[in-house]
Amino acid sequence: MLKVPYTTGYLSEHFADDEYATLAGYERRGGYRALKQVLAEVAPADVIELVKASGLQGRGGAGFSTGLKWSFMPKDGGKPKYLVCNADESEPGSFKDRILMERGPHQLLEGILIAAWATGAEKTFVYVRGEYREPADRVERAVAELYEKGYLGPKVMKKAFRHDVVVQRGAGAYICGEETGLLESLEGKKGQPRKKPPFPAQHGAFGMPTTVNNVETFCHVPHIVLRGAEWFRGIGTEKSPGSTIFGVSGQVQRPGLFELPLGTRLDEIVFEHAGGPLPGRKVKGVIPGGMSMPILPAHQLDVPMANEFLRERKTMLGTGGIMVMDDTTCMVRASCVISWFFRDESCGQCTQCREGTGWMHKIIERIERGAGQPDDLAILLDVAAKMEGQTICAFSDAAAWPVQGMLRHFREDFERHVALGHCPFGECFEL
Amino acid sequence: MVISPATRARIDAEIAKYPKPRGALLPALHLVHADHGHVSPETARELAEIFAIAPVDVLEVVSFYNMFFDRPQPRHHAYVCTNLPCSLRGARALLRRLEEHLGVHAGEPTPDGRLVLGHEECLGACGYAPMMRVDGDYHEDLDFERARRILDALE
Repeated sequence: MLKVPYTTGYLSEHFADDEYATLAGYERRGGYRALKQVLAEVAPADVIELVKASGLQGRGGAGFSTGLKWSFMPKDGGKPKYLVCNADESEPGSFKDRILMERGPHQLLEGILIAAWATGAEKTFVYVRGEYREPADRVERAVAELYEKGYLGPKVMKKAFRHDVVVQRGAGAYICGEETGLLESLEGKKGQPRKKPPFPAQHGAFGMPTTVNNVETFCHVPHIVLRGAEWFRGIGTEKSPGSTIFGVSGQVQRPGLFELPLGTRLDEIVFEHAGGPLPGRKVKGVIPGGMSMPILPAHQLDVPMANEFLRERKTMLGTGGIMVMDDTTCMVRASCVISWFFRDESCGQCTQCREGTGWMHKIIERIERGAGQPDDLAILLDVAAKMEGQTICAFSDAAAWPVQGMLRHFREDFERHVALGHCPFGECFEL
Repeated sequence: MVISPATRARIDAEIAKYPKPRGALLPALHLVHADHGHVSPETARELAEIFAIAPVDVLEVVSFYNMFFDRPQPRHHAYVCTNLPCSLRGARALLRRLEEHLGVHAGEPTPDGRLVLGHEECLGACGYAPMMRVDGDYHEDLDFERARRILDALE
């Protein structure tokens, strides 16, 4: 099956077209016009201003202003500067960057080259998770095409501007998606996140000023250059402009990718675009933004998918990975799977995270088995609270939030397990 | 020498791409795995020499990442993703049936050393679940029969 979004927009309109992944095919569809325009007539500082004015927010989970991030790079030419493309997509529920690389590697590389011009970076490291062999191969092939054509190397498009791109493959570690964990891994070390400050813009890859952006973030940039900040702000919401590629997974009729404006309502995505629940089932809860984000119950899905609205419901857009659970699903069991993942992937540096993820999983597993104690729920919430805001990176918070969300909205599932001494969900997936 | 001259040349080409040589350690480990399937103590010593680090520095990196191994591996690796999106679509039942079919528990190699069946965390195929990764290749939208045929065809 060809993996292209069911609904397309400016990012994905050509993804069904195999030729689009080649340099010739990309250029035939207007590719690299934005880069040529920028190199010919836009000063780096003006590119940064344009991206700031567009309101583009990073699509890797944190939603930080991309233009602002670029402006943190030092302006003087003292040290070499680098860009890093975070293609370590590992957040459960997220699978858009993979398709952005497979179907449109040149769109990504054009965005990277424009960012390189804007920030004065001489080299980009594209860090692709090791399991993504096909996406990494596609990007590597595209990079080779660019060197052949003189779009990369000592004189990008015959201008006095050098840029090189190196594709590095990760080797299986969720924490390498955290930007400083990624930098450690890029330097050939264990991917354990660094203390901040110093921030990457001062001391990043190999000790040099570095900007790290997600794959999708770069992909928006050529479109903003060609069509302008006003056009971009006309899509999405006032505070969250542009479209994004949502991934829908779990118990729906039509799981897959959907490019839609930010601010599209979650119930519209689940019930209309993804076809709603399987026959005879009802939606019970939906994780809106990848597994780290707190779940929403069925009666709270009337929310626009943008951070300013999701925050009011104590969750976030994250990576836009939407996970749907229906009424056959036991939320204790789902929590057990979630907490196992975080336990398994904690890098072990910080006590609160290393111990907390283990405790949470043990308690949830005990409740699921029917051996839960009445005060287990209070202990769980206490552990979760002590994991938040205490550690080097946000992993520990990301492990605490989904458990807190489950207890906020599905406490009854947990209480029934404890009261009955067994799991009451006979039809749920096996553990 | 465990690392062949051809692989050594490729490692040197990787080193040239980085501001500091050690940046090429992960690429070098991938190259070594392509040749040998794992990093032996001897290979770790040779890599340590190339990168001017201690063998333990190589081995701690090997042990940190799921895709690197410090001992010989079965001929094939098959991993079923059992993270939540896949579990919601039957991945755990699929894994159990494959375990029964092969007569092994997940994580244990088959006695003939042909294959290890395991489970893996999210592989970015959530919309195409259940799925498994076999020797690096993705197989998606699986049912038991298709998965069984894929595993049975491995030599």
